[in-house]
Amino acid sequence: MPINDWFKQREGRRYTVSTGSGTESLPDGVWRTCPECKRTLYQGEVERSLSVCPHCDHHFELIARDRIDALVDPGSFAEIDAGLVSSDPLRFSAGKPYASSLERACQTTGMDDAALTGTATIDGHPVVVGALDFRFIGASMGSVVGERIARAFERARTEQRGVVMIVASGGARMQEGMLSLMQMAQTAAAAERLSRAGLPYVSMLVNPTYGGVTASFAVLADVIFAEPGAMIGFAGPRLVEQTIRRSLPKGFQTAASLQSHGMIDEVVPRGESRSRVATVLGYLMPADRAVPAGADDTPALLPEGGEA
Amino acid sequence: MARFVMEFERPLADLEEKLAALANLDIASTPQLAAEIAELEREVERLRATLYSTLSPWEKVQVSRHPDRPKTVDYVAYLFDDVVELRGDRRFADDQAMYTALATLGGRRVVVIGHNKGHTTKENVARNFGSPHPEGFRKAERAMRLADRFGLPIVTFLDTAGASPGLEDEERGQAWAIADCLATLSAVRVPVVVVGIGEGGSGGALAIGFGDRLIMLEHAYYSVISPEMCALILHKDAARAPESAAALALTAEDLLRMGIADEVVPEPLGGAHREPETVAGEVGVRIATALDALSEEDSDGLLERRYERLRAIGEYNETD
Repeated sequence: MPINDWFKQREGRRYTVSTGSGTESLPDGVWRTCPECKRTLYQGEVERSLSVCPHCDHHFELIARDRIDALVDPGSFAEIDAGLVSSDPLRFSAGKPYASSLERACQTTGMDDAALTGTATIDGHPVVVGALDFRFIGASMGSVVGERIARAFERARTEQRGVVMIVASGGARMQEGMLSLMQMAQTAAAAERLSRAGLPYVSMLVNPTYGGVTASFAVLADVIFAEPGAMIGFAGPRLVEQTIRRSLPKGFQTAASLQSHGMIDEVVPRGESRSRVATVLGYLMPADRAVPAGADDTPALLPEGGEA
Repeated sequence: MARFVMEFERPLADLEEKLAALANLDIASTPQLAAEIAELEREVERLRATLYSTLSPWEKVQVSRHPDRPKTVDYVAYLFDDVVELRGDRRFADDQAMYTALATLGGRRVVVIGHNKGHTTKENVARNFGSPHPEGFRKAERAMRLADRFGLPIVTFLDTAGASPGLEDEERGQAWAIADCLATLSAVRVPVVVVGIGEGGSGGALAIGFGDRLIMLEHAYYSVISPEMCALILHKDAARAPESAAALALTAEDLLRMGIADEVVPEPLGGAHREPETVAGEVGVRIATALDALSEEDSDGLLERRYERLRAIGEYNETD
């Protein structure tokens, strides 16, 4: 086959990256194309750089587990609240039946819903960490995602941990109707309780974050970071365009534009996210739970009840 | 001016027109006409009863959007005294799509917060059809904080198609403004009574749309997404909204069944706009009853129960 055809055939395929854990997402190709600069990249090279294009800095989508692994201290993550599954409460069958969407999402991701949460440390700071996986029905928030997020905040409050959320989402999950909408209030209420308990919450918004998830727990963090190039908003760009009946300005709803409008604190490249989050936790964690300033790179000994 | 007629009301409206025309004739000179009119009246009555007692979810959505339906300011006018409107968010502007006020309901001093739809096109243009900008939500949050500081219960009226989805709304942080309302409303140490009077569109409704009681009018709806948008996503065809409306479980009855709403206020045949004063009176009684019951709880208990109430919403299976 001519080499061009071979490349064309390869281009159409989507590869997910795994940085070690699990076999469910083994890459099925050695080459991938950067959607930004269109260069063909060697898969191994991409993986080594946390799935960031070495040429143009494009941040590839990551699965939830890999996002968490890229942020927390190696080996410190322990999943919590596993085993929650949607019961398809509305028996939603308009369009594609929800039950079959759920089944397929479970099969392709190996997850039981879009949110993965657990305890971990970040440079020694005890946290509850969560990540949403966009492959699972657009990381939309239904009852299970809302429950996991709320429990994550509650556990952090009980165990005196900080919270770090890595958020990507299409918004509330319409297939669960009002039960989904109410998860916005539920997660916001849980985040508010953590805040009133004097514990810090840092969110990392990644591409794309929209709708009811943006308008609830995602932006209630004490410090909000975003990945370069991430699209973030409430209404999707097409709806906004239809509303104003003219084309959108360049850079609309990008992380950089949100920073200049005062909506987020900093655009943080993936490679720096762990150290930036750790630095913030160092400032905001209660004194008896914080790692002292100036401690070296090796995680300091934790106070009682910390991670082993 | 001709009455606004919803699509499904057309057969009824035609009959009503005929009846009105007959009533203008000289009945005394033609006795058989009187009988005919009486017959027609009975038929109109029968049709109205059938039509409105079996409204589909999509038809309810249409009733909830009826321009003559009583709006937030109508309920305020009917039910509240000594009204001091609170204007502006103290940051940017006074969003006419959100109404906030100090007001008194039968001797109970409260803070009223409501989406502010108008009846006429002119009113609606000024109020962005009841779809708040970020400053509208910030104005609402200002009212919530005021209520919290001075121990005034909060009464909210839901009537919006949703938050405004414009360019500047995004740039001024629509999502941030809504999220702040959610966080603040979850933590105010005063009773919060929510009344769904018309449209309950998505996050823009939720921002002032949960608390210690949710009272829904019979034909009001509350939904995660508008039926049209849902149909557009599922079928790429907004005309299939009737199907989506049914699938989304958005009626007052659905909400009651799911444990999200606490009570449903029945509406007169034809909808609340047929007898607005009667409906407002009943709504007033329900609000007063809820406020009186809630005022007996101390604020810690109130907060705890509100949180538990929210946490109980959601359905899933726990394996393991």
